[in-house]
Amino acid sequence: MALTSKEVEHLAILSRLALTDEEKALFAGQMNDILEFADKFNQLDTDNVEPMVYVLPANNVFREDEVIPGPTRDELLTNASAVEEGYFKVPKIL
Amino acid sequence: MNREYETVVGLEVHVELKTKTKIFCSCSTEFGAEPNTQVCPGCAGFPGTLPVLNRKAVEYAIKTGLALNCEIAEVSKFDRKNYFYPDLPKAYQISQYYMPICKNGHLDIEVEETKKRIGITRAHLEEDAGKLVHQGTITSTEYSLVDLNRGGMALLEIVSEPDMRSAQEARAYLENLRAILLFAGVSDCKMQEGSLRCDANVSVRPRGQTELGTRVEIKNLNSFRALEKSIEYEVRRQINAIEDGEELIQETRTWDEEKQVTRAMRTKEDAQDYRYFPDPDLAPVYISQEWIAQVSESMTELPNQARQRLVNDCGLPEYDASILTLTPATLKFFDEAITKYNQPKIVSNWIMGELNRLLNVNNMEIEDSRLVAGDLVELLKLIDAGTISGKIAKTVFEEMFSTGKKPEEIIKEKGLLQISDEDTLKGMIDEIVAANPKVVEDYKNGKEKAFGFFVGQLMKATRGQANPAIVNKLLQERLSRE
Amino acid sequence: MQLYDLTIHELTALIKERKVSAHELTRAYLQRIDEVEEQVGAFITRTDELALQQAGDFDNNPVDKPLAGIPYGLKDNICTSGIRTTGASKMLEDFVPVYNARVAACLEDQQGILLGKLNLDEFGMGCSTETSAFQTTSNPWDLQRVAGGSSGGSAAAVAAGEVAYSLGTDTGGSIRQPAAYCGLVGLKPTYGLVSRFGAIANSSSLDQVGVITRDVKDCALVLSAIAGYDSQDGTSAKINIPDYFADLSGDIKGLKIAYPREYFRNSTDTAVARQVKRALHAYEQMGAIVEEVSLPHSEYALPAYYIISRAEASTNMARFDGVQFGLRDVKADNIVDLYANSRAAGFGAEVKLRILLGSYVLSSDCYETYYLKAMKVRRLIHDDFTRIFENYDIIVTPTTPTTAFCRDEYRGNLLSLYRNDILTVPVNMAGLPGISVPCGFIDGLPAGMQLIGKPFQEKMLLNAALAFEQAHDYYKARPALGGDK
Ligand SMILES: [Mg+2]
Ligand SMILES: [Zn+2]
Repeated sequence: MALTSKEVEHLAILSRLALTDEEKALFAGQMNDILEFADKFNQLDTDNVEPMVYVLPANNVFREDEVIPGPTRDELLTNASAVEEGYFKVPKIL
Repeated sequence: MNREYETVVGLEVHVELKTKTKIFCSCSTEFGAEPNTQVCPGCAGFPGTLPVLNRKAVEYAIKTGLALNCEIAEVSKFDRKNYFYPDLPKAYQISQYYMPICKNGHLDIEVEETKKRIGITRAHLEEDAGKLVHQGTITSTEYSLVDLNRGGMALLEIVSEPDMRSAQEARAYLENLRAILLFAGVSDCKMQEGSLRCDANVSVRPRGQTELGTRVEIKNLNSFRALEKSIEYEVRRQINAIEDGEELIQETRTWDEEKQVTRAMRTKEDAQDYRYFPDPDLAPVYISQEWIAQVSESMTELPNQARQRLVNDCGLPEYDASILTLTPATLKFFDEAITKYNQPKIVSNWIMGELNRLLNVNNMEIEDSRLVAGDLVELLKLIDAGTISGKIAKTVFEEMFSTGKKPEEIIKEKGLLQISDEDTLKGMIDEIVAANPKVVEDYKNGKEKAFGFFVGQLMKATRGQANPAIVNKLLQERLSRE
Repeated sequence: MQLYDLTIHELTALIKERKVSAHELTRAYLQRIDEVEEQVGAFITRTDELALQQAGDFDNNPVDKPLAGIPYGLKDNICTSGIRTTGASKMLEDFVPVYNARVAACLEDQQGILLGKLNLDEFGMGCSTETSAFQTTSNPWDLQRVAGGSSGGSAAAVAAGEVAYSLGTDTGGSIRQPAAYCGLVGLKPTYGLVSRFGAIANSSSLDQVGVITRDVKDCALVLSAIAGYDSQDGTSAKINIPDYFADLSGDIKGLKIAYPREYFRNSTDTAVARQVKRALHAYEQMGAIVEEVSLPHSEYALPAYYIISRAEASTNMARFDGVQFGLRDVKADNIVDLYANSRAAGFGAEVKLRILLGSYVLSSDCYETYYLKAMKVRRLIHDDFTRIFENYDIIVTPTTPTTAFCRDEYRGNLLSLYRNDILTVPVNMAGLPGISVPCGFIDGLPAGMQLIGKPFQEKMLLNAALAFEQAHDYYKARPALGGDK
């Protein structure tokens, strides 16, 4: 069940990556290699295994509901390429 | 509406929780700040920043869950919902998809004296998105501006079962839900400011059919009226389509307030693959029985408990009780008034009548008005003492409502004191009777209306300030002497 | 011996005794960087001016802190307020954070001297710094070879005497592998011990910030400075932090050491395996109990790691869209093109591949077959370790299957390249602490031994590492570079 360039194209749209046709073909090949290698874990019976998301010991990590002022707006906007009147600016939304 | 069809409605309600800070960072949530002034690297999605959960948001979620009769999950966790949009700087929303904090609750509504239980599937915590300011309309705009002040605010999304069968039931559900959230003190629930937002899933099916019809989701309903009207519209549209043999498509629609119609936004084919998966940056939330008990103990009266109290202890009709418990501010106003004036039904009438009328006209909430319960009590006592008439009282009340002045002050200023002095009134009656011999004749011939004519003339002469009971008595005496 | 050959604890002594000022020390390091950097290529950004200013401040007002006045470098995926932080990506070529990573703040607080930001594989995705958008770092022991990765710049800079120590990040071996390739001590702490705040995320459930030093005592000193709970990191552990340096004795009598047979065969080079076996023998002679064990699910760790790390990375990389920060296609006239073009221009091939693969394994059709399955395998790997730790104190393995490889050696052979992580990845999967210490030379190239400990038992790990170090002098060797020739 090999991945095609077409499927890679779909993933590229989903991930907002403009790819050339060469890149699509290259990535399709590389992804297939990796997935084929990964498929080896299907040999394992994991029916009764609880998936492990967190390796940390079980305890709550909370913040208290207290305001800590952030950076100034100028500081916040300093790394943005396009700003207007204190806003981040983006082109037309399709 | 066509009787052969049944309407099926489920609601998804987003409630902005009343926390002082955002759900995963320490930015203020104050409403109305300048754009991007309540934003930190965290809620702007900068590299290396991490979310840390606000304890208060969890507490409010537990509170809401308890108020909605939900099971509170011993362990819940957060997931990432991945999609690109400029109001979402991380390009994923942190939400609870697989393991929500509250499940399996319910809420009771009453429509046309029929009680009904609406199931609540789940309530989960998530972060809000920022706001986009479009230059022009969304379709014609050249560019948009992004304000992240709202981005990262704590939301609780409450999802109902598709248990509602009419627009009225949907409205009643939302009203009740709002009342519960307000009483629990977890949200301001201001629909205009967006702290309560509602999406409706609407479908129709031939009566008797068990499977659901094709579902349409109406987005961004920002008033009770919009909810009711959009569902009514959508039901008609769907029935017409079916009758015309058209196939309905599962889609998202938006409510056009101006034209009073719903419009297609996107179809299911456009649906994104959100690639939900557990957010590795946030440890699971563990909620102990002790914590639940603590929150439970901190909870004050909920609307249904208050309703019971008003019926049982104050002897009010169910209807009055349900109106007085729509917001905690209304109930507080009522409770304050009756501690000083123990006539619950009279107080209730004034709140449901004059007060609510004025609030509606002015599009206000009781807590925004300048009126205090003590002033209403003063007014009621003035009526009882015969200082002013009930009719004049309404004029005074209106003035109290708009200026916040005390009733006596208004009465004095405007000269609205009731005329109860018998000698003054006798003199006026004599004049009116003498000036209208023909009507006196009619009265003697048994015409009932003639009596009313004299009362009217007298009220006119006193600008409504004559004490009606005394006028009746004196007029009766005077005419019997003719 | 030159100043830049000394360890932190040696330098601290000199500073305290006023035999050298921070300014002199900083000057010596800057001169060393001038001499060798062209060959090594460890730095993305140098902060000479800041360093001299920090040194001056310290000399004027000396404080008594273990790392005060000591020159260091940071991997360039660790955010520094007011100092460009690139992640070795074109995407962040001009990015200047307004916040410090927690660990950066810790070292600033120690009044250390920051010499600059060090090269890495783009966003930490790679094991040779060859995916850096700016340069490939050379191995100071053999300039034709890579320094390892992703913290290749961090390791090479220490090995070349350009900094006294450095911080790196480790997602699947990114500290331990370059430390092994460069003959250094490299520690990946227990997940949750060191704050990740301000370290640009690669794979959030696997990433840890850690330390690269010349010897074990230095490692303990730096760890003490950066470990501990941070309210800005929701996965930070609330535990008591010991002084990792105090009472390090190197006494390991009775220590129970396990070595998993799976780590010594197949892909592991026999010369490397032999070197580690020798070390195990040495441990035995020091009074440790050494026994062979099995970690049966080891071979599944790498495939599961690919899935989990790519899944997490794909969404961690989503925030780089050209709006709030980072490279932006200014010509795009709609938002979709803005995103797609900015990201296409900003990311290198390896990052793109990981984003695509991650999106794939998380898509609704693949979630169960790949992502969920990998999480279950992760549990099995974790449980393998837990079982061993019921009877043993530490686990010893080689750090890498081979010594440092040549640039371009694995071009076009991704899977072989990835196999470099095979011995280090399981430690990240289980969230355990792992340290690599030099254990000898093979054909003139350093080899590393990995010690794996129980969660939050860094002290025991450091002590065991110290025991070996005291009995051998591999750590004293320095590569011949520049003026050394
Ligand atoms: Mg939602
Ligand atoms: Zn914030």
